[in-house]
Amino acid sequence: MKIPKNFLGYKRENGRAGTRNHVIILPVDDISNACAEAVANNIKGTIALPHSYGRLQFGADLELHFRTMIGTGSNPNVAAVIVIGIEPKWTKRIVDGISKTGKPVEGFHIERTGDIGTVMKASKKAQEFVMWASEKQREECPLSDLWISVKCGESDTTSGLASNPTVGNLMDKLEPLGVHLCFGETSELTGAETVCAKRGATPEASEKFMKTWSSYNDFILKEATNDLSESQPTAGNIAGGLTTIEEKAFGNFQKIGSCKFIDVLEPAEAPTKGKGLYFMDTSSAAAECVTLQAAAGFNIHLFPTGQGNIVGNPIEPVIKLTANPLTVKSMGEHIDCDVSKILSREMNLSEAGDELIKTTIRVANGRLTCAEALGHKEFVMTKLYRSA
Amino acid sequence: MSQTDLIIHDEKDNVAVVVIDKTSKNQECSGWIMENDKTIKIKSINEIPLGHKIALKDLREGDTILKYGHDIGKVIKLIKKGEHVHVHNVKTKKW
Repeated sequence: MKIPKNFLGYKRENGRAGTRNHVIILPVDDISNACAEAVANNIKGTIALPHSYGRLQFGADLELHFRTMIGTGSNPNVAAVIVIGIEPKWTKRIVDGISKTGKPVEGFHIERTGDIGTVMKASKKAQEFVMWASEKQREECPLSDLWISVKCGESDTTSGLASNPTVGNLMDKLEPLGVHLCFGETSELTGAETVCAKRGATPEASEKFMKTWSSYNDFILKEATNDLSESQPTAGNIAGGLTTIEEKAFGNFQKIGSCKFIDVLEPAEAPTKGKGLYFMDTSSAAAECVTLQAAAGFNIHLFPTGQGNIVGNPIEPVIKLTANPLTVKSMGEHIDCDVSKILSREMNLSEAGDELIKTTIRVANGRLTCAEALGHKEFVMTKLYRSA
Repeated sequence: MSQTDLIIHDEKDNVAVVVIDKTSKNQECSGWIMENDKTIKIKSINEIPLGHKIALKDLREGDTILKYGHDIGKVIKLIKKGEHVHVHNVKTKKW
């Protein structure tokens, strides 16, 4: 298949391109969710991103919170941002971070005004932003403007046999075209960690990966009360035939094809070493992982599933693929790309990779994903430890 | 091409994955090895559902299960060639 050179995206002020054109209402903290949701309810075409944290966090955990907030607002799939927090200082810090992209952003704090006054002021600004954004047109953008993140979920053995290798095939074909790629799921590489480390493009990248994996594994061993049965692998994984974390890990690892990773990113850290594949230190829980990847600037996501994970994200379209024929049959409304014919050998991996490339470009051009059509907007902050 | 009932990732593997609805008791299954495109035959002892694994040889307690050509866990209960391989007879070496 000849791979198209372009897709239709929204060009942003900082040179990046978006596959979506969202105007978001971003609460700084849990207690500002009500205000943010009220504004999004008032002003059609905007979306609120409620979440559970943002108060009394400190140290690395607080830095991750800011990185996730600022990164989400800065993502090229977002045209403009309203930030609402209880206090002025942290609200301003997020506004200042997002404003570096050059996109319209305005912050509002609730203290000394109250919800009603804040909702009124923020709604007026949100209306202005959404009407401005509605005039933005899609333009031809080079394929290299795609930043593709990947994460699998509710995996089973069909994931490792077919849907994950399909993503790997896409990576092998698109990496030479200059796209950014990102995989994560630190804990779900357990058992395959030394094989994965060898995929570092430099000794530094390999070493950084092993350090990151060991630290996550130490944390799991410290907190584990049993053998993690039904958590890793999950009950769904086991029902689908996956027996151990090692088996799951080798299946997971198929997603990167034969690519090498050039750097290891902190959670929600934006890549700075140019095009190519990055590993990000993330949890293996779907919504947490995708939220971090979106906050790092990735603008389209590929999500292979076995038993049928249904996750979505408010700003980054999540494309589902599966090779499990039972999943296609029983919950087809969640599946954007069906590669189950690989199992019956009516389709080979390269054909499946081509199908996924076509689906990816259609979604990049604006076709809604199943998760978008079904209203999946899971926005889940990663929390490193208890608040003060 | 005849029907493929099982897929094997790597020639070194001692388990295969069922890719049909389920195998039936004493079914002669046809397995395809992805790595070298060879086909093998094996008789399924149990009924094994889609996605689950079947042993390609007799395995003793303490033996290593190989899939993708790699170690994916240890045998905790004797497994006969053609038997269902899963959490009841295999355990992680990690956690």
